[in-house]
Amino acid sequence: MMRSNLFKIVALVIVTMLNFSYSFAEKNEVKKEKEFNVGEMIMHHIKDAHEWHLFGPEHGGTSIYLPVILIDNGLKVFSSSNFYHGAKDSVLDETSKEYIYFNKGKGAAKDYALCHEKIYKLEEGKLHFKEGHPHNAKPLDFSITKNVLSLFMGTFLTLIILLSVVRFYKKNGAVAPKGVAKFLEPIIIMVRDDIAKANIDHHKYQKYVPYLLTIFFFIWFNNMLGLIPFLPGGANLTGNITVTFFLAFCTLIVTVFSGNKNYWGHIFWMPGVPVPMKFFMMPIELIGIITKPFALMIRLFANITAGHIIVLALISIIFINKNVAWGGLSVPMALFISVLELLVAFLQAFLFAMLSSLFIGAAVEEAHH
Amino acid sequence: MDLILPDFGLLFWTALVFCCLLFVLTKFIWKPILSAVNAREQKITEALELADKTRAEMQALQAENDKILKEARAERDNILKEAKEAGNTMIEAAKSKSKLEADKIVEAARLSINSEKAAAMEELKNHIATLSLEIAEKVVRGELASDEKQKALADKFAGDINMN
Repeated sequence: MMRSNLFKIVALVIVTMLNFSYSFAEKNEVKKEKEFNVGEMIMHHIKDAHEWHLFGPEHGGTSIYLPVILIDNGLKVFSSSNFYHGAKDSVLDETSKEYIYFNKGKGAAKDYALCHEKIYKLEEGKLHFKEGHPHNAKPLDFSITKNVLSLFMGTFLTLIILLSVVRFYKKNGAVAPKGVAKFLEPIIIMVRDDIAKANIDHHKYQKYVPYLLTIFFFIWFNNMLGLIPFLPGGANLTGNITVTFFLAFCTLIVTVFSGNKNYWGHIFWMPGVPVPMKFFMMPIELIGIITKPFALMIRLFANITAGHIIVLALISIIFINKNVAWGGLSVPMALFISVLELLVAFLQAFLFAMLSSLFIGAAVEEAHH
Repeated sequence: MDLILPDFGLLFWTALVFCCLLFVLTKFIWKPILSAVNAREQKITEALELADKTRAEMQALQAENDKILKEARAERDNILKEAKEAGNTMIEAAKSKSKLEADKIVEAARLSINSEKAAAMEELKNHIATLSLEIAEKVVRGELASDEKQKALADKFAGDINMN
């Protein structure tokens, strides 16, 4: 009874808001502003940047300008404001008939240009475009980008939290945990027992526990940091292909270097199948070495990026309709997805560690025929 | 497209930070935490083992106690039985002895009664004899009180003699 009443009230509020917003949208159509492009905004967010945008419009809002570090005939360090406050230029793309915007650097960055957050060397003060992309030479870019800063903050946070846990054990010895230790210990034990011990040989699993714990907590904490919409978080670090590539690469390296005779035997000369099949299986198994971590890389990247895209798309409903009343619809939906993303943040960290453990377990498994 | 292309700078920083993090966490975080957790697990396992051992010991002790108690009970029963038997024999002995005594007393009483009876009989006889004599005397005296009677008597006697 109570629930159905509540439902009616909520439905009424939403319907009222929709009517309200409709009347407002009509009025706003008189102004001919630059069209709000959801796809562009979302893609801009989920990619890396040389600034940390805080609030205000995309151009001219308040941002933290991050340091640009280039290696191009020596080390060059300057603020990215030299790009963002530099001369804006645009080129008409021949194929898509759309303007491509880029910033020419000023001051220390006068020889470079920033186009789609990539730094290019200017050739005689110009960028040369081919099929919508600049093909100027790129300097080695070691800039502290948004993702790099997020990585630093995530690492710092991980260290702070875990140090408080370790301090508890150092102070109290082998007693029942309290505080943060009480919260994190079951997770540490879960990684040790359910991830490492369950998949890797009982005599060998201990060697891999620190790696699995590190990868689990790194992914988990950074996933959650990405869900916070303002400064310490908000970057799409674990949804960046470079980061997931590196993590998957680590698992590949650990797996390959842990592989014993039995493992390589199964790859190059599959036991228990006819000889022609052995030749047939060899390339498949060799490709399998790569595809397993490749799947890890794609899974984490796609899941986290998708979460960011959905939340942003739901919030964008308000801006597409140019009315705050749409928040009545988009905010609860975004909240729901955000809560779901909290679960996904844990789940993806768990899956990454679990599958890494599974691959390592397969590599160190002894023959038991 | 650059969404799915790795970026060299970020790769460098990720590799650097992750490797440092792996080293620092392994050395300063995971090792102490895992050793503390392992130590605690060891402690708990030992405590549980000790509890099991103590329980087993307790059970053994209990069994021993039970055994001792059982033995004690058996012994008590034995003693009680023996005591009962001894009591019974004593009672039996006392009974037979008292019966004997009683028989003796009864016998003695009977003997004494008989002798008393005999004495009383003797005395009665004597008394009766004396009484009879006295009566006879009195009768004779009465018979011989007058001459006629003396004569009648004499006649009678004489008649009796004659008839013989």
